[in-house]
Amino acid sequence: MSEFVQLLTPEGERREHPDYDYRGGPDQIRSLYRDMALVRRFDAEATALQRHGELGLWAPLVGQEAAQVGAGRALRAQDHVFPTYREHGVAWCRGVDPLQVLSLFRGIDYGSWDPVEKGFNLYTLVIGAQALHAVGYAMGVQRDGAVGTGDPDRDTAVVAHFGDGATSQGDVNEAFVFAASYQAPVVFFCQNNQWAISEPLERQSRIPLYRRAEGFGFPGVQVDGNDILATYAVTQAALQRAREGGGPTLIEAYTYRMGAHTTTDDPTRYRLSDEVEHWKLKDPLARVEAYLRRNGFASDDFFAELGADADALGERLRAGVRQLAEPTPHQLFDRVYAEISDELAAQRDAYDAYLATFEGAAS
Amino acid sequence: MVTGQSVNEFLLPDVGEGLTEAELVTWHVGVGDEIKINDIICEIETAKSVVELPSPYAGVVQALLVPEGETIEVGTPIIRVGDSVEMAAESTAVDGVETAAQVDPAVPAEPLAEPAEAKDADPAEVEQPLTLVGSGPKEAAVVRRPRVLAKPPARALARELGVDLADVVPAREDGVVTTADLQSGDRHASGDGRHVASQGRDAVGGEREYREPIKGVRKQMGQAMVRSAFTAPHVTEWVTVDVTRTMELLARLKQRPELRDVRVGPLLVLARACILAARRTPIINSVWDEEAQEVVFKRYVNLGIAAATPRGLVVPNVKDADALSLPDLAAALDQLVATARDGKTPPPDLAGGTFTITNVGSFGIDSGTPIINPGESAILCFGAIKRKPWIVADQVVPRDVCTLSLSFDHRHIDGAAGSQYLADVASILEDPATALLF
Repeated sequence: MSEFVQLLTPEGERREHPDYDYRGGPDQIRSLYRDMALVRRFDAEATALQRHGELGLWAPLVGQEAAQVGAGRALRAQDHVFPTYREHGVAWCRGVDPLQVLSLFRGIDYGSWDPVEKGFNLYTLVIGAQALHAVGYAMGVQRDGAVGTGDPDRDTAVVAHFGDGATSQGDVNEAFVFAASYQAPVVFFCQNNQWAISEPLERQSRIPLYRRAEGFGFPGVQVDGNDILATYAVTQAALQRAREGGGPTLIEAYTYRMGAHTTTDDPTRYRLSDEVEHWKLKDPLARVEAYLRRNGFASDDFFAELGADADALGERLRAGVRQLAEPTPHQLFDRVYAEISDELAAQRDAYDAYLATFEGAAS
Repeated sequence: MVTGQSVNEFLLPDVGEGLTEAELVTWHVGVGDEIKINDIICEIETAKSVVELPSPYAGVVQALLVPEGETIEVGTPIIRVGDSVEMAAESTAVDGVETAAQVDPAVPAEPLAEPAEAKDADPAEVEQPLTLVGSGPKEAAVVRRPRVLAKPPARALARELGVDLADVVPAREDGVVTTADLQSGDRHASGDGRHVASQGRDAVGGEREYREPIKGVRKQMGQAMVRSAFTAPHVTEWVTVDVTRTMELLARLKQRPELRDVRVGPLLVLARACILAARRTPIINSVWDEEAQEVVFKRYVNLGIAAATPRGLVVPNVKDADALSLPDLAAALDQLVATARDGKTPPPDLAGGTFTITNVGSFGIDSGTPIINPGESAILCFGAIKRKPWIVADQVVPRDVCTLSLSFDHRHIDGAAGSQYLADVASILEDPATALLF
């Protein structure tokens, strides 16, 4: 067990840690900051789009940018991620088009990116279920012989994302048991944002979440989830350990959900604004900006250009959402099997013929 | 409205997965305001939460289509946003010709390529204004309301008084009509004269009565008060007390570093006194359980403070107030009142109170006969502290004096217990050192 990992304080000062170090230079830190800023805008725009009536629902990530972008950027191409429904920042790092994420929340499809191509599974709405999927996938990676070969392009790690509330679920605990027993190459990345909808952390656990790992027989580490240098370094080390055959790690990214659980939730009913104000001082972006500016690693131009890029992204998402094509009944049939059966094809054709009998039918 | 501008109407969205309606609580914009995409335009209250709505459109607000306080169905248009200011017919009850000459030059002209409003258009064409491109009369012939700038409260007052804003002479140089202008009754001569003579009770269109729905906090207050007043027989007692030494104590307490960041006032000492006095008279902090035929004594004090909020009376309480140090109690009271005033008191803070203080003194009132908060057995009313002539050692001297009154449930609290309690509270305020006795 190591102590709380923080490499950049909320004031933007670098910190040393006995076990972890961030080795990237100013270029990479700027690039991490850029991803966080664009992800924050993506999230803000999506929240507004829900209020405009363009999305059925949105699960905001605001406040958790450092946890997600740090975890996302530490991945290699061959690694595979199993997200919850809030991993918009990880999706961004995996190259998933934000519009594909929005189309899910608009109710058009269940996720339209290719999980194999992106190394990023579809969103899972059932709390904690994806932890088992991830462990199963990781055991498959083992059986494919893609662990511990020493080939950096072959050795693969798997990440299971979940929140503090999910640690109370049976699925997650079962996943811990299997991962430990089989020494699966998996990293459990728990974003402890302090609230399982309206249930506070103290109702989930009598001990810090990361310490639960010890009971299952693998290491746990608690990291400042609002410090991107720390989340990046810790995730990178855990992934490397998994790829080398060292087995699972539980990372508890200690962070805070600044917004509502989803757009349907009203957090003012169960938590005090004091708490939110307190966490504002620990903002994941502000500390990196302070660090970059104080050390002369980024100029006003950098931030102005980034602001303009964020505005352009916002505009693209607003316009793009309205243009998303409505799903056709065809998709119900076409996307069930890799190769459609004769029986299903016959059903599809019959349904098409039925639809064609309506006045003004499109096809 | 017949217009060729690019005009967008925002339909009330379903902000919470399957909601069918919402109440429009507050508008944050007014007609004529220029807004950007995602500027907050209003606050709505659904069955689940209070939500701010950002605008999906940029431009100038032409009309607010739903008044504050109205509950509307999802899909109802709530606001009209256009390229430039074009007053909507609905928003001001236009009598066109009369105001046609008053076109405000400040209003941006419509782009010529856009179809203009056709005064004498064929009715069939009016129904399909988009076919009128380039064929209608241009700007000069357009019947147009002048742009009157006013904030929402002034617009609301104008509606209430039945006054046309265009008839009001604004006192401000920038021409914005204020509520003061409306109250002064100064109207344009060019108005039709109806309003000049029609102030106050004779206001044309201003009804002699108006109705407000009983709902929300008001409804809850009504139900709670009726329940309490007609189940618990109330007895109320008074005592007038010299609190000068409490005031002197407060002056000293304010100097202490641990109380630097909190409000140190008479209410704090009273709250403490009420908690301490309950130790000697625990029945004050009990409740009559009709169903079980038992009196339930509480070994804790959840101290309620009656607070006036924008939405009405609420009584949030400090949990386990008897276990708090004075600085912690002060901080808890500050927090409670601030949260209540912002209308953000979470439901758990309103439940489970065991005793309440109502501070009518903050309104300058001497005393009253408060009604017990349901679920409790007593409520103490704190009157205003005033400098008054008082007899001390046979001399009439100016002292800080106030009246305390206590209402209690006479089903189980008899006059002796109620009097003992009230006297104990008064003695602590009169000489705070006696707090050491409890």
